[in-house]
Amino acid sequence: MNDRLRAVLLFGLVALMIVGTGFVQSWNSALIILNMGLVSALMALGVNLQWGFAGLFNVGVMGFVALGGLAVVLTSMPPVGAAWSAGGLRILAGLALGAASIVAAILVWKKTSGRVRGWAVAAVLLVGFFAFRTVFDAGVEAVEAVDAATSGYLGGLGLPVLLAWPVGGLLAAGAAWIIGKTALGLRSDYLAIATLGIAEIVIAILKNEDWMSRGVKNVNGLPRPVPYEVDLQADPGFVERAGSIGLDPTTASTLLVKLGYSVLFTVVLVIVLVLAQLALRSPWGRMMRAIRDNETAARAMGKDVTGRHLQVFILGSAICGIAGAMMTTLDGQLTPTSYQPLRYTFLIWVMVIVGGSGNNLGAVLGGFFIWFAWVQVEPLGQAIMGIVTSGMEDGGLKRHLIDSVQHMRLLTMGVILLLVLRFSPRGLLPER
Amino acid sequence: MDLLNAFIVLSNFVLVPAIAYGAQLAIGALGVTMVYGILRFSNFAHGDTMAFGTMATIIATWGLQAAGITFGPLPTALLAIPVGIAACAALVLATDRVVYRFYRAQKVVPVIMVIVSIGVMFIYNGITRIILGPDDQRFADGERFIISARDFQEMTGLEEGLAIRTTQGITLVVAIIVVVALFWFLNRTRTGKSMRAYSDNEDLALLSGIDPERVVRVTWLIVAALATIAGVLYGLDKSYKPFTYFQLLLPIFAAAIVGGLGSPIGAIAGGFVIAFSEVAITYAWKRVLEYTLPESLAPDSLVQLLSTDYKFAVSFVILVIVLLFRPTGLFRGKSV
Repeated sequence: MNDRLRAVLLFGLVALMIVGTGFVQSWNSALIILNMGLVSALMALGVNLQWGFAGLFNVGVMGFVALGGLAVVLTSMPPVGAAWSAGGLRILAGLALGAASIVAAILVWKKTSGRVRGWAVAAVLLVGFFAFRTVFDAGVEAVEAVDAATSGYLGGLGLPVLLAWPVGGLLAAGAAWIIGKTALGLRSDYLAIATLGIAEIVIAILKNEDWMSRGVKNVNGLPRPVPYEVDLQADPGFVERAGSIGLDPTTASTLLVKLGYSVLFTVVLVIVLVLAQLALRSPWGRMMRAIRDNETAARAMGKDVTGRHLQVFILGSAICGIAGAMMTTLDGQLTPTSYQPLRYTFLIWVMVIVGGSGNNLGAVLGGFFIWFAWVQVEPLGQAIMGIVTSGMEDGGLKRHLIDSVQHMRLLTMGVILLLVLRFSPRGLLPER
Repeated sequence: MDLLNAFIVLSNFVLVPAIAYGAQLAIGALGVTMVYGILRFSNFAHGDTMAFGTMATIIATWGLQAAGITFGPLPTALLAIPVGIAACAALVLATDRVVYRFYRAQKVVPVIMVIVSIGVMFIYNGITRIILGPDDQRFADGERFIISARDFQEMTGLEEGLAIRTTQGITLVVAIIVVVALFWFLNRTRTGKSMRAYSDNEDLALLSGIDPERVVRVTWLIVAALATIAGVLYGLDKSYKPFTYFQLLLPIFAAAIVGGLGSPIGAIAGGFVIAFSEVAITYAWKRVLEYTLPESLAPDSLVQLLSTDYKFAVSFVILVIVLLFRPTGLFRGKSV
């Protein structure tokens, strides 16, 4: 079976599974799976760029995804005027002061030498930190006091929400630049641990910096790029058209909204996929793979290995950021507590490995496939557990077994990952 | 007198908790560093190995409690630890047999082993959650305090009290026993020496007739014991929750890397460096400063450098600093 036929068959299978969900369960759930599948495929493409092209091990996907989510809030929410006048400028000044002291510390480090160096840098950082806290804290307190129950944060820029997607990519790229500068060029597992750390820190910031993201109070009611269901239902023309194809207005409106998202996501996915394919086949892509396969040889040929790694690390993270922004737009709210590393980092890794690392189409396929499995394992497990426990009398054990079904997902994902790594390490669609 | 009070406050809120936490991290980091030294990969499943061992210990503890057996003033869990270690050892040995051995024979690059360990992590995670659930479990019993704050105040007549919890005392004692036993084993016994030889130079060790599979088996046994003990001590001191154990991965790795991956003494030093920085940076220094500074200089604010929610940031920053300036760690570990 040649590669192309295999790809067509496997993608056909995924399409069949989603359409099958539509017939068996409901079209709404089929579209929900499709939309998150598109987002997951995009994340998998980003990770594939880093791992498949360059062999970089990034386990901080969750952090970049969350930064994308933050971008939606910062770009599209209307600004809270009262909060800005209470302490917005003060916060900005504090942040500027903090950034300035870091820059100053780097300059001092470069200008001095010998024993003075360490002390001078420490002194600059210490003074800078306390100055930052003095200016910043008061501003934060003032902002968070503004109508804490409904706002208590600065809001965003009030721009169209679609603009938030590239902004999410930029935010993630910025964070990736900082990590890449420190951890690239060291051993591969150091990058892994550094990215693991930055992801936890991003989530901690989202949870605690109420002035920016409302923390655990969540930001609800994010603007949408598609119409609202209620508006559609109130539109007589829409109700009539829905009636003419035999759907009641409520179902029709929810389907149309989800379809709108599907179209938008598909456009983004196709653009990124085409770009990634072009990159893979370009001289740049060949160079990346040459570096991945033999760093020493590539370096001997005069390639800037660390520079190229930094480049591809930033690109891949930016894609994850865009996907994160799209996901938050789809959810319509930013909930920092919902970011779990197992779901947003390691599951994406399973997608890439299962799909076929180094193959862009494989990453997309893996994204859909694993997402489908992730969603459907639970009802399936419940059904199986229902049969297993049907003969048992009611009691602690039965309840425990039925409760444990929700953790089946993790186990299944681990087993899938290990089986693929062992018996088909090149994935469903191997790299050509 | 003020200085003494300041010292007591400092001990109560910084020194004692940090020593206990540092000991827990050190034992955890020892496990990571052993896997790294012998099997040559960063084991991302270590946090969940700790969770599994702790879970087995908790279940055994409940069994003992149900049978009416307690350990007097000490937590019953200490009696149950061997059961936990045995269960954990069985699990990791089975994992090695079914999963890791295949890749070892193929001599895959370390990063593939790391990805494999992520798969293992998923599975362990699922197992612990299916058996005991994802919720908080408190399983410490026996005396709560070695010395409580009020007793201390009455005893010394000082204004401030110093409380030492039983779990903190036990942590330190157990940690010392574990570390001494481990170093004795690595430096004095034949098996331990063969392990160090294998870690230093695999080919040379094979040439001199060391059985690599035996070395690997012994390593996993030790790792299971270390992981279970670290997990139980942490769980006694704070509480058991699978997700918290997963999150411990970051400070544990930071400790192992800061000390130098593959270096046992480095893992211990790293554990304490991370613990002390975390506690000191997230502690509100107001009361210590009130005692030490003259009244006119006493601070109004809490003087807390970072809120406790950012404790991961602390281990991360230390990690980055060490990576930038001394990538092999304080004690010159390996680098691949």
